[in-house]
This record gives sequence, structure tokens and C-alpha cells, in this order.
Amino acid sequence: MSSDIYKDIILDYYRNPRNFGDLPDPDVRAKDSNPLCGDIIEMQLKIRDGKVDDIRFKGKGCAISQASASMLTEAVKGKTLDELKTLGKPDVLALLGIDPGPTRIKCALLGLKVLKVAVYGHLGQAVTEEVKQLV
Amino acid sequence: MVEKLTTINVARIREDFPILKRQVNDKPLVYFDNAATSQKPNVVIDAIDRYYREYNANIHRGIHKLAEEATLAYEEAREKVTNFVNAKRAEEIIFTRNGTEAINLVAYSWGRANIGKGDKIVLTIMEHHSNIVPWQILAEEKGAKVEFVKINERGELRQDEVHELIDEKTKIVCVTHASNVLGTINPVKEIGRVAHRYGALFLIDAAQSVPHMTVDVREIDCDFAAFSGHKMLGPTGIGVLYGKSEQLQNMPPFLGGGEMIREVHTTGASWKDLPYKFEAGTPDISGTIGLGAAVDYLREIGMRNVHDYEKEITSYALEQMKQVDGVVIYGPMDVAHRVGVISFNLGDIHPHDLASILDEEGIAIRSGHHCAQPLMEFLELPATSRASFYIYNTKEEVDVFVNALEKARKIFAR
Repeated sequence: MSSDIYKDIILDYYRNPRNFGDLPDPDVRAKDSNPLCGDIIEMQLKIRDGKVDDIRFKGKGCAISQASASMLTEAVKGKTLDELKTLGKPDVLALLGIDPGPTRIKCALLGLKVLKVAVYGHLGQAVTEEVKQLV
Repeated sequence: MVEKLTTINVARIREDFPILKRQVNDKPLVYFDNAATSQKPNVVIDAIDRYYREYNANIHRGIHKLAEEATLAYEEAREKVTNFVNAKRAEEIIFTRNGTEAINLVAYSWGRANIGKGDKIVLTIMEHHSNIVPWQILAEEKGAKVEFVKINERGELRQDEVHELIDEKTKIVCVTHASNVLGTINPVKEIGRVAHRYGALFLIDAAQSVPHMTVDVREIDCDFAAFSGHKMLGPTGIGVLYGKSEQLQNMPPFLGGGEMIREVHTTGASWKDLPYKFEAGTPDISGTIGLGAAVDYLREIGMRNVHDYEKEITSYALEQMKQVDGVVIYGPMDVAHRVGVISFNLGDIHPHDLASILDEEGIAIRSGHHCAQPLMEFLELPATSRASFYIYNTKEEVDVFVNALEKARKIFAR
């Protein structure tokens, strides 16, 4: 890993998180933490016609976890729930524009995990093993 | 204990630790994570190596040369540890897997025989999870109560609470000798006196003290002391429980199996005498021998020298860190009352981000809750960064570390 991990864009999302806060009347919400470091992310979604109509996140933690969650909320607005189910680690790394390395990858994936838990929850489906193992 | 009057020659000591020659991210390694585990000198690595190459055998019952040599080396290590902490007898030193297992041994063996409904177990808010969870499990099972002595704004235990919480219902008081987060050295001798006045037993978690200062269990007058080998230059996998023999003798076994029995019949079994009653199964023989070598190494330097040198480094680090804009340090600022563990935060930089930036500079620190969540909750901190020192660390390394803090501050100030 190099110091590029803290490039301006990540720090910008950390300092000024997009889609941060609560939705007035979310259709589904999910929350999880990384037991190793205590980082917390909550996602709230408004779903219309099987698509993400609106989304907010809340959380506490390091720059990587908070920035990647915020970037993710922007990226998934308007996407179908089926599309959300196919999102994976490469998508998050593409958003971040860096690979944070093995010791920090779980920070980056916490938001994705919470998002997927919310999606499966909304669909009334069991969360897959793959999702459980993201963080 | 006789201390040599030599001062520390750090350059020479560093030669003894092969890992210190390593580069990390193309920078010389600066290892400031000693409260988590220490590095190992050649004498320890060699002692383990020699056991496996020259006299590997199971101990105690073998009637052959190798078994005799291995048994001798294993028991010699027990003697070394006995003298190191000034226990009265070698039988008072029980080898365990780590400090955590040592505390669990007391909680399971002594605790299940002596703790009942309504009894009180007094801990402190600055305990490591290893000195909290075994007691919570015990209390839950027995209907006992666990209470915590809090700290003041300087990160010291509140003496008024020590006197308030310890009472006739208290059966055991368990206190860390030195905090793995705040570095605070607690007045264990005085707390032990209060515990004993009420007929309670007194256990110290010595994981952060035994490696760094003279610890005399008889002078402290604790009933139990727990510590681990890997934080004191020894290998992982070996820990120590010191217990007064009058306590250990009356306690039932912790684990049952080979090595710990006198006789086994289909109708039942009887136990060996101390210390073997508490050492079921084949122990970590190489680890124990390695720990013995670590004790020799530390005694050679002298624990007073170790402590004095670490005070010097800690004092220098505190001074330098205070110069960095936005640094907040937790715990006592007076090095007379702390070990070389410094928890801090830098501005609004999350400790994990700080650890990542420092790692790029080859600096190893720890970040997170340090297995002390009740303390973090009490301090209302989600996490801290922690730098912790040992005899091989230098002021130059502190300078590298402080420069990296400046660098992190600048990155996050963008």
C-alpha cells in the first residue's frame, strides 16, 4: 500500500460525506460493525419499482470505511436490487480508485456488506455466505 | 534481587534482535507495538532451536537421556521465573498458554470452588478483557457481582472507590499492575492490603509490568499474578501463573489429563502435587525453555536498567509528541507512574488511518480498543492509537515516529 490511499478524493468524501444522515421514511435499513475495529455503518434505502429511489448512510469510523460507504450510496442510486446483488469487491475498489491492501480491505467493504444485507432483507431472502464474509 | 549497575547500551542490544534489521516499505522497521508482543533476541530463538535440534523429548517420565535433559531445561526455566518475580518456591510457578489462561485458571479453579451467590468480584475499569471476561462468566454462573473501580482525570485508579467497593462481600480483587492502554502503574501493594483486610484474595495482571520493571510478588503480597512470555522477549504460547502455594494447594485442578495425576483408576483419580496438578498434558516445552532464556537475558541487563531506560524513552516521546499540533495523550504524564505505553489521538484522524500512514514509514503501532472496551467506553473514545516501547527502541526512532505524525497531520489537513 502507498500513501495514495489517502488521496484527495477519499479525504473529501470522509470530510464531506455525500448522502449522510437519515431518510424520513426508509423502506429498509441495515446496520453492521467491523468487530476488529468497531467501525459502524448504517444504510437506509427507499425502494420504488425494484430500484433504489433514495439512499442515506450513517456511521463512525476510519476514512476508508466512511468514504467507501458514501461513494457507494452515490453509485447505487437508480440501480435495481438485482444489480445491487451482483456488486462485489472490484466495484468498491473501482470507486475508491485504490486497493487499500489486506489489512484495510475490510474497512472498504463494510458499506457494501451493509448495503447487501439491506437488499436481501428487503427481498425477504437469506443473506448469502459470500456477503457474510465480506467483513 | 541484585541489579547490575550497568547502563543500557542500546546499540549492542539492537544487535541481539535480528528482526530489527528488517526494512518495512523500504524504511528501517520502527517497532513500537511492544505492548502487544515484544521482539525476540537471538538467545531466545537459539534456545528454542537447540531444544528441537539437540534434546527434543517429552518431559518428566522418560527414562532416557533426552528426556532427562529436556526435563532439566524445563524445570530450570521454572527456577528462573521463580527467582525473576521473587516467588518463595518453584512450585508456585504454573506454566500456562498465556496470561489469559493463567487468569482463567484462577477463575475456573479457585472461582468455582469459592464464589457464591451475592459475592463480589472487584475489578478496575482499566482491565484488559482477559481480566474481565473470565470473571463475568464466573459471576453469571454463580450469581455473583462484578464491580469496577473507576479512574480519575489523570488516568489513575480512584482510591476512594477502592475503599468504597472492596468490602466484606468481596471475595477477590483483580487489578492490572500496569495498564496496557494508559500505561498507568497502579499502587497494587496498597490495593492488595485493602483486599486482604476484608479477607479477599488479590490477583494482579502483570502482563505489562513483569517485562518492564522489577516485580516482586512477595513484596506486593498478591495471591496470584498472571503474565505472558511473549511480551517479555520470550516466545508466544507460554504464560505464567504465580500463586501462593497455600492458595494453589487448596484449589481443585483446572484441566484434567496426563502429567497432572498421581494415580488414575476406573473409580477415580488423585492429583500430583504443585505445580504439576495444574499442568495437564504435554506443556509447551520449547516455549518454556525460550522463556527461561528471555529471563536470563533481562536479568543480564537488569530490570532497574530496563525500567530506567524506558522511562527516559517515554519521557522523550511524551515531550516530542506534545509538540505535534492536535495530539491528545491519555494517561498520566508523569513517567514515574507509567510504563512505556502511550495512547493518543491526532486531531480527527481515525487511529486506523493513522496506523496505515505510519506503516508506510515502516513504523508499527497499534490502533483500536486494545482489548479494553470498558475503558474506552468510560473515556468515551471509539479507539486510540498506541505506541509502546522496549529496551531496543531509541530516541532516533521516536524522532522518525514524530515526523510521521506530522506527515499524517498534513495529509489530513488538506
